[in-house]
Amino acid sequence: MKTLDFFVGHYAYWFVVALLVLGLYGMMVKRNLVKKLIGMTIFQVAVIIFYIASAVKREATIPIADKAIGTADASLYINPLQHTLMLTAIVVGVATAGVAYALLIIIFRRYNTLHEPELMEAMKREEEEDGDE
Amino acid sequence: MSDAPALPVLILLGTAILAPLVSLLLRRSARALAVAAVAAAASISAVNLVRVLGRGTLHTHMAGWPPPIGIEYVLDPLAAFVAAVINSIVLIVLVHARLSVDAEIPDRSRHVSFYALVLLMLCGFNGIVATGDFFNLYVWLEISSLSLYGLVAAGDRRSPVAAFRYLIMGTIGATFYLLGLGFLFVMTGSLNMADLAAILPHVWREPPVVVGLVLMVAGMSIKMALFPLHGWLPDAYTTAPSSASALIAPTGTKVGAYVLIRLLFFVFGAEFAARTLPVTSVIGWLAAAAVIYGSVMAMAQKELKRMLAFSSVAQVGYIGIGIGLASPLGLIGAVLHVLNHACMKALLFLVAGSFRLKLGHSRIDRFNAAVRRQMPWTTAAFAAGALSMVGVPPLAGFFSKWYLALGAVRASNWIFLAVILVSSLLNAVYFFRVLERLYMGKTGGPGKQEGPAGEAVEDGPRDGEAAASMLVPVLLLAAALLVIGLLNAVVVKQVIMKMIPQGMM
Repeated sequence: MKTLDFFVGHYAYWFVVALLVLGLYGMMVKRNLVKKLIGMTIFQVAVIIFYIASAVKREATIPIADKAIGTADASLYINPLQHTLMLTAIVVGVATAGVAYALLIIIFRRYNTLHEPELMEAMKREEEEDGDE
Repeated sequence: MSDAPALPVLILLGTAILAPLVSLLLRRSARALAVAAVAAAASISAVNLVRVLGRGTLHTHMAGWPPPIGIEYVLDPLAAFVAAVINSIVLIVLVHARLSVDAEIPDRSRHVSFYALVLLMLCGFNGIVATGDFFNLYVWLEISSLSLYGLVAAGDRRSPVAAFRYLIMGTIGATFYLLGLGFLFVMTGSLNMADLAAILPHVWREPPVVVGLVLMVAGMSIKMALFPLHGWLPDAYTTAPSSASALIAPTGTKVGAYVLIRLLFFVFGAEFAARTLPVTSVIGWLAAAAVIYGSVMAMAQKELKRMLAFSSVAQVGYIGIGIGLASPLGLIGAVLHVLNHACMKALLFLVAGSFRLKLGHSRIDRFNAAVRRQMPWTTAAFAAGALSMVGVPPLAGFFSKWYLALGAVRASNWIFLAVILVSSLLNAVYFFRVLERLYMGKTGGPGKQEGPAGEAVEDGPRDGEAAASMLVPVLLLAAALLVIGLLNAVVVKQVIMKMIPQGMM
């Protein structure tokens, strides 16, 4: 039963682990650059969920001061710090994705493909042409 | 309390936003603004270094909130030293950059964004170095990384692909770092470095702390391009504009090394990072592999910038060996090598930029004595940088290797010693190959099939020595190598000895 508790009790973290693996798989194995980028986004989101999950407290409410609850007992509110940190991390993630898509647009305009093997081939041809000059 | 630690960051950030706006009114003002801002940042950080060495650590509390609630900016000797090195190197490179950027980025309207990105990158580096808060460090890390991706992508046709790979790898690194930090935060409830250093000894045997440390170290190893996580580096450095390579190579990986030193020796402490958990020895062994691998790969390269890029992988390895030794001598070697390698790599990449502008290429097999006759001073500076890389006394490169070797002997780590010695030989092989062509290569020699005197003539203007704005920075760096080499005892005693954390002695 103890093992089962361990698995069920940490379900949010197992979910995070699954997302991390999925993201890494996308970045490492997929050959299409857009799919790599999707993997990257999943990877970042997994960490965001990890932080948010670690902020949760049992029987606690959102961190907005409520007169009915009072502010004396901090354990009645979930920890707001992780949420604010992750707001920043989301902004960082959006900026990274923006730069990445901009790069993909340039790559596609130059090589007319985002499929990695084709791209490598085109670049190799180009390099050989440069060498022959 | 003083505002000094945050000043360079503020100046650079402000100018990075201001420069594009001003250049809407006054065209071509972006570069002047950038140079002025970096000069201001460099002089402030030099003054800061002197103050920190004289009077001890400086603190700034952002918006007046005391730590650990508020974000704190701290300049201790290590941070002040790294900031001063990075800012001065970038200033020198920016002076050199004008002609090179004009030639390699033909579209003038993009120059504004180039200089704005340089400012943002440097602003991020200053933030990383000065901050006393690990989450703030993550934000600066991403600001500098995003600018780096942009700078790399401004290069030749293939550069966006290299930049995209760099982006994927860099984001994995940063995300690992953030994940590891999450583990530490869950266990300690703090993000402030000094606060964490106080709390960690109570919890450092808990699995989440160990996992957190390993993840953060792995993340930063990607950022500092530690073998085998260096995959992004060679392509990025080769395809970036020459000025951008000269900006990134001396600074980017050093900042990663700085974060590792800060995390391992100042927050966790050498006791834990080296003995309880063998993190530093793993770094040391990977670094030793990096030194050999980078040197061997550099020998096989035909293009100067690519050779220098692989040499960077090896040189980062030296810093890693210093971290791996986890001893005062190792730390001295590592920190001194941060300074030396910054000067050497900036110098060599600048020369590669000068060659590209003047000869139209930087292919080693096309170099010959005509290049040296045409640009005697630039070539001489290159020779000084190359000899320093090999480790010929009294040039600076010798002394950091000397301290590392001493550290290896003190630790009875003969394999590290052998790696340092063998790699110096390998360095000699790949640099003398270039020097031989520059000094002894016959004009119609091995490059004959490309026509007498090299076909390169038609690619670029072949009118003698590089312009003054390119020559002076290069000669300045060459002189710096000699001065640092001769004054290394002063640098070590007056500056670096003061950085060694108490737990390490």
